[in-house]
Amino acid sequence: MSLISLEHLSVRLGGNTVLQDVNFTMEPGEIVTIVGPNGSGKSTMLRSIIGALTPDHGRVKLQDGLRIGYVPQSLAIDSTLPMPVHRFMALPIRVPRAKIVDALEAAGVAGLADRAMTDLSGGQFQRVLLARALLGDPHLLILDEATQGLDQPGSAAFYRQIEDVRARLGCGILMVSHELHVVMSASDRVICLNGHVCCEGRPEIVAEAPAYRALFGSGTQGALALYRHEHTHTHDDDHDHDHVHDHKHDREHSH
Amino acid sequence: MLDDFLTRAALAGVGVAIATAPLGCFVVWRRMAYFGDATAHAAILGVALSLTLSTSIFGGVLVVALLMALAVSSLSGKGYAVDTLLGVLAHSALAFGLVAVSFLQGVRIDLMAYLFGDVLAVTRTDLAVIWGGAGLVLALTAWRWSALLTATLNPDLAYASNIDPKREQLILTVALALVVAVAIKVVGALLIGALLVIPAATARPFARTPEAMAVMAAALGAGAALGGLWAAFHFDTPTGPTMVCVAAVLFAASNAVALLRRAV
Ligand SMILES: Nc1ncnc2c1ncn2[C@@H]1O[C@H](COP(=O)(O)OP(=O)(O)OP(=O)(O)O)[C@@H](O)[C@H]1O
Ligand SMILES: [Mg+2]
Repeated sequence: MSLISLEHLSVRLGGNTVLQDVNFTMEPGEIVTIVGPNGSGKSTMLRSIIGALTPDHGRVKLQDGLRIGYVPQSLAIDSTLPMPVHRFMALPIRVPRAKIVDALEAAGVAGLADRAMTDLSGGQFQRVLLARALLGDPHLLILDEATQGLDQPGSAAFYRQIEDVRARLGCGILMVSHELHVVMSASDRVICLNGHVCCEGRPEIVAEAPAYRALFGSGTQGALALYRHEHTHTHDDDHDHDHVHDHKHDREHSH
Repeated sequence: MLDDFLTRAALAGVGVAIATAPLGCFVVWRRMAYFGDATAHAAILGVALSLTLSTSIFGGVLVVALLMALAVSSLSGKGYAVDTLLGVLAHSALAFGLVAVSFLQGVRIDLMAYLFGDVLAVTRTDLAVIWGGAGLVLALTAWRWSALLTATLNPDLAYASNIDPKREQLILTVALALVVAVAIKVVGALLIGALLVIPAATARPFARTPEAMAVMAAALGAGAALGGLWAAFHFDTPTGPTMVCVAAVLFAASNAVALLRRAV
């Protein structure tokens, strides 16, 4: 059974339609990346999946008993709340200290267990967030720009850790990233979102498709072009094969 | 032992301090200090109503405080800023309460006792109500502690862990109403907010974990209650306000110590 499926999901926030008719399913063990410009609804989609937003249309279905590890795009901890790293890691489920120490070490922030969360650097904070998300042996990891603020080795280590986690836990990973060059190599599937799903497909197929090359060029430049291409076209239905993005359906047809 | 009014007063003060401590921490962490005030001010309306209907003061205060807390909870985020909303509701409730009390004929009530508390008049029954209520509040917060903490930290983290932050907010609201109903006899409607916020704020510079902060706040609150009782007896001052004065002195001392520690 799919980990999650979104069926005709539409979300309105503050009077604006942020997401419109989004259909999406994810299988266990998949790594899927959502790309799209700022304000395109990526975080909104993730927050709908965790249940923080109520859809106006359509629905979000989660596998029974699905455990989610979530890294939010931003997390402000009020200075009135004393919160050391080890306590944050064990929230809401108590975890033995040894397991916390191991998790921190795996995330490259060994020895920070007793620091206050508010005293961490941006990159350290981000690593702790990821370590916490992994701690509960999740079936699905949801990462909203989890590598923001990480240095180059940190970012590389992060993606290695993700691969590792998938191999070890077999969990699905759904992430938002602006690092398009990494996305292309680290993901099984890429979703391009701009209020609706513009295109979707396996990265190498996306990259090799003549239509894709014609539109985006190749390499990093091509990835950057993902941002520039026309987002405002309309999708009459899910199977507009004459559309330049027809590579996106490769996966759907294989089911 | 309970025959001594001072012993009863001390036990009442300590009971209230222990119940308000963990809630006070959440009030501070969630920046809802005024929320406690609003609920407490509404309590005067509860007093008036229960005197009119000749029901128990505790019950009347509990119901009105609960209604008030729920009203604020559900109206917040619907157009008005929370502080505006609280300003309107809290003062309206207090005003209506005071007006309603003035209508009461035949019953000579000492309004001061409900505004500032009258811990020296605590009966055995009051004591049972206070400790029963305190126990309930403590059980409620202990039971929901992790979920409440997660929801306070970040609602989205709570949702991702299958915790409904709205439900946790409701639990907190109910616990707050309960504490107000229990504490009105001890410190009075005007000063319950102080008892919620001051011990928690005093504990903050020295607490490294949320749990430590709650425990310290309880100890500081109990200290303020006992110290206040002693001082009030000694200097013949009103007990409720004296307790809050002691709490305030502790707060000043805590901050002075924290400043010194940082300077060294
Ligand atoms: N609480 C809210 N109320 C009203 N509008 C909102 C709210 N949250 C988000 N929006 C709007 O919804 C749109 C999508 O926001 P979202 O955070 O999902 O974008 P995003 O793709 O994650 O962007 P970014 O790359 O900047 O993180 C934006 O136009 C934003 O202004
Ligand atoms: Mg976002």
